[in-house]
Amino acid sequence: MEARMEGVLPMAVTKATALAGRMTQICGAANVLTDPLELRTYECDGLTSHRATPALVVLPGTAGEVAAVVRECAQAGVPFVARGSGTGLSGGAVPHSEGVLIVMSRMRRVLEIDPVARRAIVEPGVTNLSVTEAVRPYGLFYAPDPSSQVVCSVGGNVAENSGGAHCLKHGFTVNHVLGLEIVTPAGELTWLGDGTGVASGYDLLGAFTGSEGTLGIVTKIIVKLTVAPQAVHLVLAAYDSLEAGGRAVSDIIGAGIVPAAIEMMDALSIEAAEAAVHCGYPEGAAAVLLVELDGPAAEVEAELSTVHSLCEKAGAREIRTADDPVQRAGIWAGRKSAFAAVGRLAPAYIVQDGVVPRTALGDVLARIWALSQESGIRVANVFHAGDGNLHPLVLYDDASAAETEAAEVLSGAILDTCIEYGGSITGEHGVGVDKSKYMPKMFSADDLDTMQLVRCAFDPASLCNPGKVFPTPRLCGEVPGPRRGAHPAAAPGAEIF
Amino acid sequence: MNSSRTYAADSGALSKACAEVREGVAADAIGGSAGVVPAFVALPGSTAEAAAVLRVAAEQELAVVPRGAGSRLGWGAPPAACDLVADMTRMDAVIEHAAGDLVARVQAGARMGEIAAVLAGAGQEIALDVPAEATAGGVVASGLAGPRRFRYGSPRDLLIGITIVRADGTVARAGGKVVKNVAGYDLGKLFAGSAGTLGLITEVTFRLHPLPAARAFVTAEFAGEPAASEAVAAAANSPLIASAVELSRPSPGGPLRVAVLLEGSADGVAARAREMAGLLASAQPTSPAGVSATAPAWWPGPPVAGAGTTLVRVSFWVSALGQVLRAIDTAARDAGVSPAVAGSAGAGVLYARFASGVSAETPADGGGEPAPAGAIAGFAGALGDTLEHGRGGVTVLAAPAEVRAALAARGGMAGSVPGLSLMRAVKDQFDPGHRMSPGRFPEVV
Repeated sequence: MEARMEGVLPMAVTKATALAGRMTQICGAANVLTDPLELRTYECDGLTSHRATPALVVLPGTAGEVAAVVRECAQAGVPFVARGSGTGLSGGAVPHSEGVLIVMSRMRRVLEIDPVARRAIVEPGVTNLSVTEAVRPYGLFYAPDPSSQVVCSVGGNVAENSGGAHCLKHGFTVNHVLGLEIVTPAGELTWLGDGTGVASGYDLLGAFTGSEGTLGIVTKIIVKLTVAPQAVHLVLAAYDSLEAGGRAVSDIIGAGIVPAAIEMMDALSIEAAEAAVHCGYPEGAAAVLLVELDGPAAEVEAELSTVHSLCEKAGAREIRTADDPVQRAGIWAGRKSAFAAVGRLAPAYIVQDGVVPRTALGDVLARIWALSQESGIRVANVFHAGDGNLHPLVLYDDASAAETEAAEVLSGAILDTCIEYGGSITGEHGVGVDKSKYMPKMFSADDLDTMQLVRCAFDPASLCNPGKVFPTPRLCGEVPGPRRGAHPAAAPGAEIF
Repeated sequence: MNSSRTYAADSGALSKACAEVREGVAADAIGGSAGVVPAFVALPGSTAEAAAVLRVAAEQELAVVPRGAGSRLGWGAPPAACDLVADMTRMDAVIEHAAGDLVARVQAGARMGEIAAVLAGAGQEIALDVPAEATAGGVVASGLAGPRRFRYGSPRDLLIGITIVRADGTVARAGGKVVKNVAGYDLGKLFAGSAGTLGLITEVTFRLHPLPAARAFVTAEFAGEPAASEAVAAAANSPLIASAVELSRPSPGGPLRVAVLLEGSADGVAARAREMAGLLASAQPTSPAGVSATAPAWWPGPPVAGAGTTLVRVSFWVSALGQVLRAIDTAARDAGVSPAVAGSAGAGVLYARFASGVSAETPADGGGEPAPAGAIAGFAGALGDTLEHGRGGVTVLAAPAEVRAALAARGGMAGSVPGLSLMRAVKDQFDPGHRMSPGRFPEVV
């Protein structure tokens, strides 16, 4: 809740604003924002329904500055939140109203490219797509490609373990990050992983990736680069029902083919995309399926003909294929514009990110349809069919309190359905502030308690992006140490782990 | 030594918790015949039973060592104590194989070979090269992978869900049975490679891959490091998409063999293999590159080490391969030893091996000459000093007691580990009594 009255600042806010002088010494006056109007511009991320104005915004320029900023916060007991490009869709970068927002956008260099090792070292503020652009001359690319890749930052991708349409074949951010320099919540710089992919000791690199900014702040990232495919083919198939499209998906997977991406859109999304970008998808189709194949030319050609015939067999009313980049981009434009396009159909919308086992897609879509009919709230479906990641867009008029409530109830019911089918409440957007209330539906109290042991190890004072992911914070108690008194049988000094 | 200890443990409480409990015998010793013999072995049949066992262990402050097939139990430092072995082999069920979803959920004690047989029925596999007798939980806990790590990564990359029992007996799950899932912290990553030091793994869920219709191995032999390194880099960076890029050098200074695994459709693999042979040929092998449907005899498979064997892992960025090979040669010459070197060069991992001086074992990949403990330690230490530059390192994965003792004087089995204080904090949170596989991870300076 915003609780800032004119002239009267709560004590806790004063504590944060009192750091402005020190922060100015660390980052320079130009990189410390205290003006209320400027602070307001950072009040939310890509999910605008959750807002909080930070007490202070700092824009550090180096890892050392980030560490110094965090040390000040830690010493003063002031919460802090890191922010990349602010494109997240779960409110993971919503500021703390009594805390410091650390904006990473000045740290955006590609520091090193090693084309032989297929590694690059980048700063966290660099945009996802600019990594690919920097390494393209070497015939390489950075595989994770969230839809927001033009603007989203790699540091934010690490925090969220971002996916994208092509993670079906190529994996998620966690599979492509091999080293992180982080600032711990105590303000210490340390490395997790060394770029080899071989862990010595615990895989803290893996545990950190996807922790939604709650375990520390990333200051350098060693990413794995992927060899650009020899051939890429995109198949568009139009169907008279989502079920028929779903059959094609099952048959393709059943044939032992792992496409780079399998995406599906329903009639409402197709219509909206057509109106927005004139993507020329087959008119009147109830479902459009996009299947992208990539890899060695010798394999992709054979896969293409198999996919073509499987799409046909499933009852496609029209099939198009494209292999040149311009044609492919034209087809992808419809899919990539879908969120924004569907958004225009109603004054407001909620994007969900639930996942179900791929084989349950048909049942779950039918259930969503029924829920939509029941509540009178329209739902458009755009989804990563290959991995069962749904993005239902729940459309409503936010001027109506009743409709807003109905939309929220419907969204919750969709997530309940995903859990019921053995799925997840989030496939790539993260939990953030938005979905933490659903966590107890997916995990037991013991599960959540156990996860938070990691939190307590990294951030016992709970100052690093507090209030995210977990609905109830675990009290870490006193800073833990080794047990008092050696185990009776333990040789003194021999034991580290 | 455990045998002299008076146990607080009473088997009554353990037997109440678990249907199968027995006293430890010599065959249960961890770390060879002179190793630690557990007082008890419990064989839980379910996660609930495993939790009950660990609750008793917590009440009685027992040191617990989880065990699968036991094949890597002798790796690292032996546990400082072991009152109770949690033997997972009774939990051997494939709980669910959702073929359409390319996912399998198995109990921790299920053997990888038996799981593979079930999955193969649907033309699928867990894309790890691990011994058939290894258990799923053991594979995850050891975190090790074979040649195809180049394409598919290690167990942590294929693990999508996990159930564990904490040291205090609390059961916790993370992940799930869908591949794409970012809800909550990924405890699977933390437990993968944790060597039984954080808790007991009782169930794991893997993502699967379709079994390839065809495979081909393209092999070539090279006279020196520059040519071999060039061949490895060319293969690893080729859009022909290798599944594995392996290298073997049976003795220092000797010829280097490179093999590339290609997987896919029959026609596709044939065409790609021809092109790959051309690529290797351009790095000037000593004879023309060969193509075969079967692995060369020296194909290393998963890293293995029997009793008495010393296994040294060298990790690096592939751009440093030539430098690494030269450093291994130099260190071997200086120490007067002759290790066999083999591994996933394309993925930046090599293993230097010294066979046991006493046993008659002759591993498939060439063995490596036995050597005195001091010389082996000298080799590993010198190699670590040369290659320790923040982009890889040298770790002694397995070694007999005398080599470990010699290594202790040189800084231990592992080089510097980044993030060590955070690792200790994690250990303290999960196992505040330090009772789970105590002392298992090599001490680190």
